[in-house]
Amino acid sequence: MRSWVILPLLVFLGLAGWYGMGLMLGEEDRALPSALLDRPVPEFALPPLRTGEDGLDRAAVLALAAEKGPLLVNVFASWCLPCRAEHPLLMQLQKDGVTILGLNQKDAPENGRAFLKTLGDPYARIGADRDGKASIEWGVYGVPETFVVDRKGVIRHRHVGALDEDVLRKTLRPLLDELRKAS
Amino acid sequence: MKALLLSALLLMVPLSVRAVQPDEMLPDAGLEARARAISRELRCLVCQNESIDDSNAPLARDLRLLVRQRLVAGDSDAAATAYIQQRYGDYVLLRPPVKGATLLLWYGPLALLVALLGMVWWSLRRGRRRGAPAPLTPDEEARLALIEKADGK
Repeated sequence: MRSWVILPLLVFLGLAGWYGMGLMLGEEDRALPSALLDRPVPEFALPPLRTGEDGLDRAAVLALAAEKGPLLVNVFASWCLPCRAEHPLLMQLQKDGVTILGLNQKDAPENGRAFLKTLGDPYARIGADRDGKASIEWGVYGVPETFVVDRKGVIRHRHVGALDEDVLRKTLRPLLDELRKAS
Repeated sequence: MKALLLSALLLMVPLSVRAVQPDEMLPDAGLEARARAISRELRCLVCQNESIDDSNAPLARDLRLLVRQRLVAGDSDAAATAYIQQRYGDYVLLRPPVKGATLLLWYGPLALLVALLGMVWWSLRRGRRRGAPAPLTPDEEARLALIEKADGK
């Protein structure tokens, strides 16, 4: 038996191990990485969801990030069930001092406002993205999605799907802490 | 009877699978054709194994409309595709781009095939070079005759 005969077996074991790992990956790892990671917030401009205040655009996000520090941009809709599920966590984050900006996607403004009236409103500012075009600029492909933006207006993370305690504890809170420490 | 069955089966096959609604189509046939071609190469991120041309998802419709907008604005096919790719990443292309990270994906199978064929050819050559086995000694021939007789040959 030549020693090289064992080569196909090794190749098989290697591939099997690799594919096996792929099968065991969690849902979050299967989500697509944002094409905007480590890039600045994209160009967009939206009217406000809540009457009587300023809308949300790129400049506003940059200004708020510079002033308040690392913040979250959360894409939500009244017709989106997982958005309802994650909403209490957003309320909690806001209570803990995190600035949260909202993109209300593909919603009639009355519905978006009603959603917040029922479930609570953690958002410092909300842009009404009625036609979904701004969401496309952010590379959003489902709701909800949550972006982490650092002080300099650079997108550092995107979470696809509803937030949960696990994600908050393992990813979001540590990331926000780390970004706050950075200058 | 067979004809009836065949017609029934044929009627069940959709003649063209498309999700493009009439209100999306551009009046300019040339632009519309380009839009369809580009859409067929873009992945629907909601139904990830369909192109946006085939998918019924709302995002697919939005992206179909966006592609048409870019073409009407004068973008080339490459520019319109790049516009979407910049926002959604390489995964939105149904054909992964050929670059460093995907060389293994594109050329791996071919390389593997060539390597395996090479191994087969090499081991055949080794066999040939060793030549035919040495002829049997009279002793071995006698034993062979005995075995064959026992097998009833």
